Amino acid sequence: MSPTARKRLGRVALNTAGVAVFLFAVFPVYWMVATAFKPNNEIFTTDFIPFPLDPTFEHVERVFTRGVAGHSIWRYLLNSMIVSLGAVLVGAVIALLAATAVARFRFRFRTSFLILLLIVQMIPSEALLIPLFLMVRRLGLYDQLLGLVVINIALTLPFSVWMLRTFVAAVPKELEEAAWIDGAGRTATFWKVLFPLVAPGLVATSIFAFITAWNEFVFALTLINDSGNFTMPRALTFFIGQRSTDWGAIMAASTLMTIPVMVFFLLVQRRMVSGLVAGAVKG
Amino acid sequence: MAQTPTIARGGNSSAPARGPRNRAARTRRLSPRAIPYLLLVPCLLVIAALLLYPLVQMLQMSFQEVGLRQFRARNPLPAEFVGVDNFRQVLESELFWTSLRNTVLFALVAVTMTLVFGTLVGLLMHKLGPKMSIFVVVGTMAAWAVPPTAQAIIWKWQFDADAGIVNWALNLLPDWLSQAVFGRADWTGQPWLNDTLSIYFVLVVAVVWASFPFIAVSVLAGLKSIPSELYEAARVDGAGAVRTFWKITFPLLRPVFAVLVVLSMIWDFKVFTQLFLLAGGTNMPRDAFNLSVWSYVEAFNPPADMGLGAAIAIVLTVILLLITSVYVRQIVKSEDVR
Repeated sequence: MSPTARKRLGRVALNTAGVAVFLFAVFPVYWMVATAFKPNNEIFTTDFIPFPLDPTFEHVERVFTRGVAGHSIWRYLLNSMIVSLGAVLVGAVIALLAATAVARFRFRFRTSFLILLLIVQMIPSEALLIPLFLMVRRLGLYDQLLGLVVINIALTLPFSVWMLRTFVAAVPKELEEAAWIDGAGRTATFWKVLFPLVAPGLVATSIFAFITAWNEFVFALTLINDSGNFTMPRALTFFIGQRSTDWGAIMAASTLMTIPVMVFFLLVQRRMVSGLVAGAVKG
Repeated sequence: MAQTPTIARGGNSSAPARGPRNRAARTRRLSPRAIPYLLLVPCLLVIAALLLYPLVQMLQMSFQEVGLRQFRARNPLPAEFVGVDNFRQVLESELFWTSLRNTVLFALVAVTMTLVFGTLVGLLMHKLGPKMSIFVVVGTMAAWAVPPTAQAIIWKWQFDADAGIVNWALNLLPDWLSQAVFGRADWTGQPWLNDTLSIYFVLVVAVVWASFPFIAVSVLAGLKSIPSELYEAARVDGAGAVRTFWKITFPLLRPVFAVLVVLSMIWDFKVFTQLFLLAGGTNMPRDAFNLSVWSYVEAFNPPADMGLGAAIAIVLTVILLLITSVYVRQIVKSEDVR
């Protein structure tokens, strides 16, 4: 075999592997969406039906109108939105203050604080479930969305500070010094100079926190009992353990839950990797 | 970076000379030394109240009897100190050994497979042409973005006994081959989520599917930072692909791999959502429990025993903190916190 032929063969092999990986990653997601749009006779069959032959919106319509666990899926989407946005908005303010402190000031205990952040990030949230459940109950927040908001702030905060501080540190100090020399006060410098420059990082961090809160399942399972207060992940479990599963409806609901995450994900994917392995990847 | 004065230190000796009067007045009102601490107050309060205090409480509860009698509406009993009773009960329970075995074996298998497969895909992404590489990255992103609850549901559907696509695909195998490898030819109706071994098989597939993209993209990011001259030199010297990986890529990316291993361990050790949903919630077979699920079931399923649940959670946390210390040390060593 000539070198060029061998090279071309290598290329073909690599591209084939690439396509195989793509299919392995995408197929299950595709299958979820395809099932959501198949009529029941195409779902409950031992045959392979690669795509909806007779596409239907009946399942999507059903989860909206007849609903899941007694409520329209709107209710759960809205609940999830309230919990995630509430946690993100409050969390972003707290995280920005703390990130500014560690990225812009030198003070005693700074290193200790950063190490504390790393360690609390590693405490498994499942392990805090029992005491937090009791605390939420004592505060009268059991079965309330506010309880989930508070919990999600705590779950996302350490990582948000950790990620945001690199964005604050990346803003050149000279800009703030220039504003300072021009007579701007500390507050004005923060809002007019630092904040606009950190804003993209704040958005990326907030999206990450949003996804975490949107996906949160364990606390939503434990702290919420009334189906009117279910978030999306909690509502999906309604189908689990039933004798005959309504796969069309469950796939429609899963698709609806996955769409926002997927959109956000494509937006922040790059920054997420750098945030998670920060310190290990140089350059 | 630490040496240059920052605006924030405006109140220090050099600042009053630089700026207008009113600023000097303002900084006097609020000692600049206090500012970073003030900025940290809300964050520290949240961490202390919602993460550290519960941790202490959990430790305390693990030495207490906190069950039904402590939660009944009428004259609840105070939590009773029972010493190491909960821990003794944990260690004596046969569920401890099965759930510890499930936790550890699952983590080992899932972490190894995720890392090996993720690294291979990362190398592949690096080798592919630019267009094809983006195509694969975007594709893997789809798996990565699926919420854990939906991951469980998607795989539950694919492994469904009657209408699942996996059983359909296995039926495609020529009968003699299927018979020789698995000892059966007909897969229709094969339930995958009834016994522990096959539940964990499906769980490994689901977890590897959802987490290899992160590994692959991280490895790809690392590979892009390695100067291509090194690879050219290796090629000139006639090194093969395997040798190049172990002699150049791996040593240079060692810190990345260290963090990836630890992060994957942490995620896979405490897996809850996917296992809980795949195996059918609290009705799952008891010998399929891992430590997280067991702790949850003891604490919240009647008869609720929160003290016992807390003791199990402590065992899990100690294991995780031991693993985590490696990660923390790696980050502290890389000067990122100084």
